Amino acid sequence: MIIFYALLVFMIIAAIIAVETKNLLSAVICVGAIGFGGSLMFLFLRAPDIAITQIVVEVLALIILIRAAISRDLTFISGDREFFGMVVSVVVIFVIFVAGIRVFDAAMPEFGVPAFSYLPQAASNVYVEQGLRDTGATNLVSSVYLDYRAYDTLGEATVLFTAILGAMAILRGKSRKLVEEPDA
Amino acid sequence: MSGMTVIVKTVSSWVKVLIFLFGIYIILFGHLTPGGGFAGGVILASSYVLLMLAFGRKLVEENLPLPLASRLDCLGAFLFVLLAILGLLVGGVFFVNFLYAKYPGQTGHLVSAGTIPLSNIFIGLKVGASLFLVILALSMFRHDSKSPAAKPLTDGSGQAGE
Repeated sequence: MIIFYALLVFMIIAAIIAVETKNLLSAVICVGAIGFGGSLMFLFLRAPDIAITQIVVEVLALIILIRAAISRDLTFISGDREFFGMVVSVVVIFVIFVAGIRVFDAAMPEFGVPAFSYLPQAASNVYVEQGLRDTGATNLVSSVYLDYRAYDTLGEATVLFTAILGAMAILRGKSRKLVEEPDA
Repeated sequence: MSGMTVIVKTVSSWVKVLIFLFGIYIILFGHLTPGGGFAGGVILASSYVLLMLAFGRKLVEENLPLPLASRLDCLGAFLFVLLAILGLLVGGVFFVNFLYAKYPGQTGHLVSAGTIPLSNIFIGLKVGASLFLVILALSMFRHDSKSPAAKPLTDGSGQAGE
């Protein structure tokens, strides 16, 4: 249990440094530290699927960010930042968060236990008990996201497809030549 | 721009095979062990990104050209939807696991769980191709905006974004 708090403090410190530092590369590395801390937390929460996805996507996003940060001529941010206002806002948000945890402590289940698992007809209990018999997949996560909740995966694939379509339409080089041709 | 030092090139030419193989393993065993189509697809894309960082963009574009990558992307999405529609035609319900009802297979073996491994393969194909396309598009955009041909369009508002 103590390791979650240690990781949380580590991630919060990394986030503050990422916002506050003036070197862009340091900020990108701090963002990576947040992502890897999150991946470790998923691993300790016994969610290896999410941990694998998190760490892999984090590596890919970091590569893009580092390339973007290094290729810029201006890697240092100039100008003054308001350190005092940032600290105040962080403290206020943290106090609200802790107070919220204290208020909802009685209604929340134990940390790491699925919500509503005390109900016998809860969806999570049904998946855990009947998932192997219904789908035959020993990895229950895949039996949920590719069998019980395959619509979610279809939506996710559609979102990714649309994002790639937009990125390729905006970033491709041909459209510029089409724009340039009438001038030439 | 056309690659890094000899050390990086040599090491990445050994490691790229292992990364690609690990991605295939993650996709194929997605229904038995942690992992799945999305994570495996990202690993497949990252092996190409390693090649792109080490050897430059030219080599990667020769290996997996942009039209082929976009076709693989569309093929993965199309096959995934086709699997769902086959479930509607054969089993009566959209996305029903119609193969598991007929051929249940042996639990814990590679060929089991009906349509779940097939969906994993299609999603892995789709995610890998599309993330590769993202990296390629970003790289091409950076390259284009530095070349003098695209200068007239990028000196205005485009300069602020780059």
